[in-house]
Amino acid sequence: MMNKPISRRSFLKKSLAATGLTLAVSVTPFGYKLLNASDQKEGKLSSFKPSVWFEITPDNVVTISVPNSEMGQGVRTALPMIVADELEADWKQVRIIQAPAADPFKNSVFDSQITVGSASVRGFYEPLRKAGAAGRAMLVMAAAQTWQVPEKECEASMGTVRHKNSGRSLTYGQLCQKAAKLQVPQDPTLKNESEFRYMGKPMPRVDIPEKVAGIAVYGLDINVPDMLYAVIARPTAYGAKPVSYDRKEAEAVNGVRKVVPTPNGIAVCAESLDAAWKGRDTLHVKWGEGSHPGLSSDFIEQHFIEGLDKPGVPALKIGDAKKALGEARKKVEATYFLPFVAHVTMEPMNSTAYVQKDRCDIWVPTQAQTATQLAASKLLELPPEKVHIHTTLLGCGLGRRARADFVIDAVAASKVVGKPVKVVWSREEDMKYDFYRAATCQRIVAGLDSQGRLIGWSHKIACSSILRYLNPAAIKDGIDMYSLGGIVDYPDSHHHNQTVYDIPNFYVEQYLSDLPVPVSPWRSVQNAPNAFVMECFMDEMAHGAGKDPIEFRLPLLKNNMRARRVLETVAEKAGWGKPVPKGKGRGIAQHSCFGTYVAQVAEVSVNEKDGTIKVDRIVAAVDCGPVVNPDPLIAQIEGAVVMGLSTALKEQVEFAYGGVKSANFDDYNIIRMSEIPDIEVHIIKSREKIGGIGEPGVPPTAPAVANAVFNAAGVRLRRLPMTPERVLAAIRQK
Amino acid sequence: MIFLNVNGKSYEINVSGDLPLLWVLRDYLKLTGTKYGCGIGECGSCTVHVDGKAERSCRISIGEVRGGKITTIEGLPETHPVKRAWIEEQVVQCGYCQPGVIMQVSALLSESPNPDPEKIISGMDNVICRCGTYPRIKRGIRKAVQLMRKEG
Repeated sequence: MMNKPISRRSFLKKSLAATGLTLAVSVTPFGYKLLNASDQKEGKLSSFKPSVWFEITPDNVVTISVPNSEMGQGVRTALPMIVADELEADWKQVRIIQAPAADPFKNSVFDSQITVGSASVRGFYEPLRKAGAAGRAMLVMAAAQTWQVPEKECEASMGTVRHKNSGRSLTYGQLCQKAAKLQVPQDPTLKNESEFRYMGKPMPRVDIPEKVAGIAVYGLDINVPDMLYAVIARPTAYGAKPVSYDRKEAEAVNGVRKVVPTPNGIAVCAESLDAAWKGRDTLHVKWGEGSHPGLSSDFIEQHFIEGLDKPGVPALKIGDAKKALGEARKKVEATYFLPFVAHVTMEPMNSTAYVQKDRCDIWVPTQAQTATQLAASKLLELPPEKVHIHTTLLGCGLGRRARADFVIDAVAASKVVGKPVKVVWSREEDMKYDFYRAATCQRIVAGLDSQGRLIGWSHKIACSSILRYLNPAAIKDGIDMYSLGGIVDYPDSHHHNQTVYDIPNFYVEQYLSDLPVPVSPWRSVQNAPNAFVMECFMDEMAHGAGKDPIEFRLPLLKNNMRARRVLETVAEKAGWGKPVPKGKGRGIAQHSCFGTYVAQVAEVSVNEKDGTIKVDRIVAAVDCGPVVNPDPLIAQIEGAVVMGLSTALKEQVEFAYGGVKSANFDDYNIIRMSEIPDIEVHIIKSREKIGGIGEPGVPPTAPAVANAVFNAAGVRLRRLPMTPERVLAAIRQK
Repeated sequence: MIFLNVNGKSYEINVSGDLPLLWVLRDYLKLTGTKYGCGIGECGSCTVHVDGKAERSCRISIGEVRGGKITTIEGLPETHPVKRAWIEEQVVQCGYCQPGVIMQVSALLSESPNPDPEKIISGMDNVICRCGTYPRIKRGIRKAVQLMRKEG
């Protein structure tokens, strides 16, 4: 494996000088088409590039382009594994590069080049397999023509085509120029699963060695010659505008070059970061009081609780919930609240831009190449193809880096100063100017019949609108489907974010909050908050019906084999039903999103004296269909469980005086190592449709823990995070 | 003029002595392996060794480390058991916090001729990994100790 570290130099160097066979996939609304993208130099094919995805050059190197952003999920390894497997390349001859922002690299799930929605492998699995297989077929054909033998007598294996009868062989490097002249087959024969060389077997991640060496390049590590550093002075409250500031005083600071108003504030551009910070301190910006001066944490909670009694919009109506509830033998009712949660990527937001007369270069840890390109193109009135996006490694993505807000200030400032500008956010800015995970308050009333079966469900959801910030035009008839994820999904959605249960007489109503707190997808979007509500409530109903939580769920999953299977698998692996010692408890929860099913069992100890919850063990069962790289897949579930635990026990953004009060890791709690239990992940062997893996591990964790707390201490915690104070208060009220 | 010894090399730089070591390493010496995470010594991403001890480079000024022997992630040998363990156990996800984690673990390991992995693990609550690699950091620590023991 030749994974060339992406050095600063190679970032700045315009490369892609091709010399062999190159294959491309053109994604259209009707599917995709394989294209021959081989480079022609003076009418001569110099390389085999039957698609934009890979290129084979006479030096026998297979260069594979990865369109997605590497943020630790292992996409730079997984996608090339798919291509190399079907191509029958030797992993040792594979070189991996980051693709630029360009139409052929769009993910068909979104029609955008973007790494979100756990969609990298599930979006590219089929096209990349086909591209690899087409390349293999063309190389075999090229060899057969060379030897003038039938193709079926030739076999491709590990970067070489052999003629079985004569024992002659040619490497892919030797064949690439001939192959480049052939037609690309549109429907090549794919391998059988038993023929997979790489897929399904653990492959060490290609990005790990350079990360361990300390030479990996993240956005904050970009250093463009002659660049200036910029920091942004930003409003302290939502909607606040600058009343006055001392531009001259700031520009008089040693090293400060210029003060530039930008879309998100006022940029202080300087020769060093230190000078930029000093300059910002001397700006003495006076901000107006903003649009919601009374905004505070208490105000927000009250706002959402009151939202439940305000008229909403019906989002789903199956049968007649009102009638069913009227006929119910027993009713179960509960109200839940989940606060705003911050992304807190370890690498704070940053970007570097260099605007020149007719081009713009942006070096950025982004999840969204297309959106970034379009945002800069709009600001500069330049055609998108003149905006060159150089994607660095990402110090976490989590959905935060799918926005372009942290890019446009660098672009705006560079345009004015005429030099490359690196905008650096402090941790405090990163915390305060986030687009948070949406807060939500939800109330469910459900009815059980005389046998304890669910017969009706009425669900009111008050929540922030994600689409208001993402794509307001997608709010249809007042409904924000993104905020309903995990309960209701768009018809024919690619994401499969609807509840796994067949709920009879099911009514869902949504009230969208108008608070100014910006929100966006946060690892699993609203699947995690909504799963907390759904799965805790399932447990409450099971208890109300006097049934075991799994026994209560199974009849609602008659038509959902995959959901049943993860539930039964996790129960078996976790020893569900075995007695637990006093003070300890076990809870179960499941959820499906982005095409993957996950169930988890949590074992907890509750200290009834100080209210602390200790999570002793988490067992997870996962069905994501075919597995490309199993070890990073397990790592994704482990990481998702850790994040789920952090939101269950620790995280909440605090607000005061119309803005965000939380600032850094000393006042925004994130779970630490000693609080992490043993996490066991069981992958179910599955031939179902391939699902995503980055996000689906998050949703079941918090409800599994809350249900375990009920099992241990007999108290329902319907508000996150489950802090010791809230546990104690619930125990006292028991 | 300030003289610094970083990874066995001597540097002289013309900056004020109150600058945090972190930004001098990153922006002046271009040793970008040391990461900025919080600036208040809470997350550990910026951890380096000063005379063999783990220090938060965001909270220490270059004036204070003048004359000291500084080692950053780039200066920790590739053959170091922690670096090897991190690759063998595939600890890393996004990797941004890991240089700091590795520097802290390697400093704790060097404190005792016969280190106890569980003791080291219990000393790791002052680092934050947002990807949630904690279970694998634990595995990495146990593996590193094993490698050290095996190789004396």
